[in-house]
Amino acid sequence: MSTLVECTGLSKKYGKVTALQDVNLRIESGHIIGLLGPNGSGKTTLIKILNGLLTPSSGTVLVKGKPIGIDSKKVISYLPDHTYLNMNQRVSDIITFFKTFYEDFDERRAYDMLAKLGINPKDRLKSMSKGTKEKVQLILVMSRRADLYILDEPIAGVDPAARDYILNVILTNYDASASIIISTHLITDIENVLDEVLFIQNGQIRLTSSVDAIREEQGKSVDALFREVFRC
Amino acid sequence: MPWNLDSDRPIFQQIIDKVQTDILSGHYAPGDKLPSVRDLAMMAAVNPNTMQKALTELERIGLVYTQRTSGRFITEDVSMIELLKERKAKELIDTYLEGMQRIGYNRQTAAEALMKNNADEHVND
Repeated sequence: MSTLVECTGLSKKYGKVTALQDVNLRIESGHIIGLLGPNGSGKTTLIKILNGLLTPSSGTVLVKGKPIGIDSKKVISYLPDHTYLNMNQRVSDIITFFKTFYEDFDERRAYDMLAKLGINPKDRLKSMSKGTKEKVQLILVMSRRADLYILDEPIAGVDPAARDYILNVILTNYDASASIIISTHLITDIENVLDEVLFIQNGQIRLTSSVDAIREEQGKSVDALFREVFRC
Repeated sequence: MPWNLDSDRPIFQQIIDKVQTDILSGHYAPGDKLPSVRDLAMMAAVNPNTMQKALTELERIGLVYTQRTSGRFITEDVSMIELLKERKAKELIDTYLEGMQRIGYNRQTAAEALMKNNADEHVND
């Protein structure tokens, strides 16, 4: 096991608003981590910093010992919370595009998953439902052989049956040495596949624990604990 | 179909229970080979590290053993399985008695109710 991500004293301010405050975080390889927090708690800000889409106001982030940049982007496969794909393109065109763009993209894996979910690669994105578009995007992201997958709300728009399949995809398609960060509100659906959970609140890490430790010490599910900690 | 797991008990504990039940019900016979950690994790829809932890614990208590190159197997020690059966039976009986006591039975009347129920079923046969 080695350290994939290390954040030290990480802060981000948007003008006067503090989105992240002094976050210290270490993510080891071979883990599936749930990034959980209420709306506006800083989840997406943290994720965007890890992907180099935002620069922190202060603090450092190292990915495999190197600062965010070309090297970190090579090893991180990122599913954003909104789409950036061209809606006029066919899925097969996007796959070709990904293949030329990412060295670690596994075309066969992508086509296998499309077939399993009954998605026609010749269809254009704009002809698809919201849920199907989300599935396509997740397939693209999981078809890379990355060291770290960062999934921002990966299952929000898909039906429960497809959700099961997608979790299955996540479980089968990552190497034992890779890690996955999943940000979501649908805790119940994913808590069985998580190693660790990070509760984030007002830009600060509130709690880091394993799912089983929470159940053992609190006698309740992560979902129940979340509802208690973040009661409105 | 993922395994039916409760949301408030540690997952690895529930995996251990499930494998133990599978041994007692004969789903796994003594000496049977277990699927790989990854396959089991997929079947259960749980994290592979959690599955690994559960199997390590099963190994520690001697119900499962590892053969270096060929995988994990159910113990061939039948007396161990008998012991497990007794322990599980006691757990189930305790749960029954607790439930009965909550609704006003004592050990004696609970036992009688159980026997009577048994007799009624035979009549229905």
